Amino acid sequence: MNFSLSEEQQMLKDSAARFIQQEYSFERRQEDVSNPEGFDPGLWKQLADLGWLAIPFMEENGGFGGDATDLMLLMEQLGAGLVPTPYLATILLFGKLVESGTDGDLRASLLNRLIAGEMQGAVAFMERQSRYALADTTVQAKRSSTGFELNGEKTLVLNGPVADKFIISARTGGGAQDKTGITLFLVDAGTEGLELNELRLMDGQLVANLTLSHVLVPAQHRVGQENRGFELLERVINESLPAVCAEALGLMHHLTETTIEYTRARKQFGVPIGSFQVLQHRMVDMFTACEETRSLLYRTVCSSDNLASPEHRKNLHALKVLTGLRGKRVGNEAIQLHGGMGLTDELDVGHYVKRLMVLNSLFGDADYHQQKLAEISLGM
Amino acid sequence: MDNTLSDEDLKFREEVRSFFARSEPDKAQQLMANPATYKEGAIQWQKQLFKQNWAAPFWPLEHGGAGWTITQAYLYESERVKADAPDVLPFGLKMVGPVIYTYGSEAQKARFLPGILNGDDWWCQGYSEPGAGSDLASLKTRAVREGDDYIVNGSKIWTTYAQHADWIFCLVRTDASGKPQNGISFLLIDMKSPGITVSPIHSINGLHSLNEVHFDNVRVPRENLIGEEGQGWTYAKSLLAHERTAIAKVADSKKRLDKLRALAASELQGGRPMIEDEAFRLRFTTIEIELMALEYMELRVLSALADNRSPGAESSLLKIKGTEIQQALHELAIELAGVYGGVTAGAGDTGHDFGNQARQDFMYGRAATIYGGSNEIQKNIIAKRVLGF
Ligand SMILES: Cc1cc2nc3c(=O)[nH]c(=O)nc-3n(C[C@H](O)[C@H](O)[C@H](O)COP(=O)(O)OP(=O)(O)OC[C@H]3O[C@@H](n4cnc5c(N)ncnc54)[C@H](O)[C@@H]3O)c2cc1C
Repeated sequence: MNFSLSEEQQMLKDSAARFIQQEYSFERRQEDVSNPEGFDPGLWKQLADLGWLAIPFMEENGGFGGDATDLMLLMEQLGAGLVPTPYLATILLFGKLVESGTDGDLRASLLNRLIAGEMQGAVAFMERQSRYALADTTVQAKRSSTGFELNGEKTLVLNGPVADKFIISARTGGGAQDKTGITLFLVDAGTEGLELNELRLMDGQLVANLTLSHVLVPAQHRVGQENRGFELLERVINESLPAVCAEALGLMHHLTETTIEYTRARKQFGVPIGSFQVLQHRMVDMFTACEETRSLLYRTVCSSDNLASPEHRKNLHALKVLTGLRGKRVGNEAIQLHGGMGLTDELDVGHYVKRLMVLNSLFGDADYHQQKLAEISLGM
Repeated sequence: MDNTLSDEDLKFREEVRSFFARSEPDKAQQLMANPATYKEGAIQWQKQLFKQNWAAPFWPLEHGGAGWTITQAYLYESERVKADAPDVLPFGLKMVGPVIYTYGSEAQKARFLPGILNGDDWWCQGYSEPGAGSDLASLKTRAVREGDDYIVNGSKIWTTYAQHADWIFCLVRTDASGKPQNGISFLLIDMKSPGITVSPIHSINGLHSLNEVHFDNVRVPRENLIGEEGQGWTYAKSLLAHERTAIAKVADSKKRLDKLRALAASELQGGRPMIEDEAFRLRFTTIEIELMALEYMELRVLSALADNRSPGAESSLLKIKGTEIQQALHELAIELAGVYGGVTAGAGDTGHDFGNQARQDFMYGRAATIYGGSNEIQKNIIAKRVLGF
């Protein structure tokens, strides 16, 4: 039993924390997020130069060969600084699908460009009717003479408007809810028949709705095995969950700290409002929420080397549930304890809360994962 | 103990229904949904109510009220939300109006009540200050007598819709010696007075309803003082109690619950409607149970009021539970919308029609436990006044 960090991990944590503290003010964040990309492309290059885009890829693919712990350390700091980046969309989803679903020259060239920060990716899996059910896929992929022809619609594709390439899930067999019969395809942004409608989420990031009409995909641009796309997609999303929750923890931690600071400074009735025991207890609850979330995050990271084990799957669901619930509690309390100030767009609090809310809704919210957990824990 | 409706009540309900059927509340709602036409829509709607003599049904008859029983008021609210009709703005009709008819002079009643009732005058509430929120009595905006005028200096904050307002009712300090509560006066100030500037505060739902109002040597005629100098705190407190009963919003929450039920029937997950989702069902019915209790809690308070027992700490109870339920409903709605609840720019193009509204309601709804005396302050009041600590 050892929860201390290796020397390398400590270095990663320190340099990420220093980067956020020294370079990343809230004012800068507000500027970055209002860019046409929803983030700062210059910063993305900087992350590449720091080697952080290489973390989750294997060494033989030019990566850093990092594990769940490394990702956790980085993502928590990005959360603490509320840094808008396409790390989740481009690296953890698109990049990891490329790494496990393609091979040879295609894989090498894509990963090289991703790691160098020269390419943006997006994974299109959600549909209007699917909500959080990953298997609910209706985009059709018909065989054509040279490969496949895709038709249908995808919604709210993270990083869609900026992506150079997409990985799109489509049905090559099976019925609407079947896990088998889904195949993943690599599609260039400019491909004929691929139409894109740009949207923004409340955390400032760009997403897109995609319309595919007669989009032709060469056979060699299939990602992973035919009809087996669901397993691959689910695995990659599950692998990203601890990172998503680590970012949420960074947000929660910041909200807790900033609330404590505010209530120390804000005076009413002649005393700092932080001197009221009712408010102290509420901040103790916020602190406890962070500690609980961190504990479950560590537990999940510890079981990450056996991804398929029921133990790890339970940990993942539990983590997403707890992060969702405690994140809401911390966010709501942070606003409440700031009083009217908490309602202003000018203060960072509301923006941290919005990011937390988006993270709660990604890949299934607390209710969704709690039912998944119940299926494992109590049976169907 | 019974809750049956008399024939008279049933007749009244028909009258209310036919009013909403012919007065096109959806038109007013549409105008009010757009910030550029919000004011126009709100005024139009109030004028229709005024014509019907229903702008301030809870006012005493002699001042233009309708003399409704609590049953009638309850029926009206139920029908209003069923018809999706707007609520009236509280600042004139529910806040300053009752203060003026209770504590104002005959001249003030004659001058201000008609404009409040018919919607010609838009009022805003100037209580809170940067340094005086929960501790309202510590307010510092000064009013100093000079001849027949007061000269006002200071700043108010969080002033809802000050950008639209013709008048602001303010708590000002006329005496800085002695107990803070004793040096406060209640002053009506024309927003067109030289020396007033209004600056916007943008809130987390992306909209502008809040403001800072600055007073720089603003001259206010002494005839705009309500009642006696130094008694403003007493007047304001009686008003806060009214504000808190209005804050429970039982009928609105019932309507929201109905809407959620309908939305959950058409929102799918894995091919099944969310209304069949176990987690959703538990959360929905938990809120429903609390709302069922709140509805009767409110009726009990209103019936005490009708017996001329003034709402005291009961209104704090209503405020706490009412706002907790509102927030639980907002949270369930935005979560029902899933990721669509987060779409801001281009929300109209998602093919998903309630996520955007759900997000705005959620974000702005966080304020419900803060304004009108925060829920923590309400609990302090109950602990002291009811539990006797
Ligand atoms: C959307 C919105 C609209 C508003 N509209 C108006 C308006 O039109 N006119 C107007 O005058 N005002 C308005 N207000 C102001 C509102 O009344 C104040 O925000 C409220 O009184 C709280 O004051 P504050 O914001 O200064 O918070 P603070 O008083 O600083 O409180 C911060 C936190 O400390 C807690 N706290 C403070 N004292 C205690 C205590 N003794 N015990 C336990 N907890 C405590 C509070 O509950 C809160 O959680 C509005 C506010 C909002 C958010």
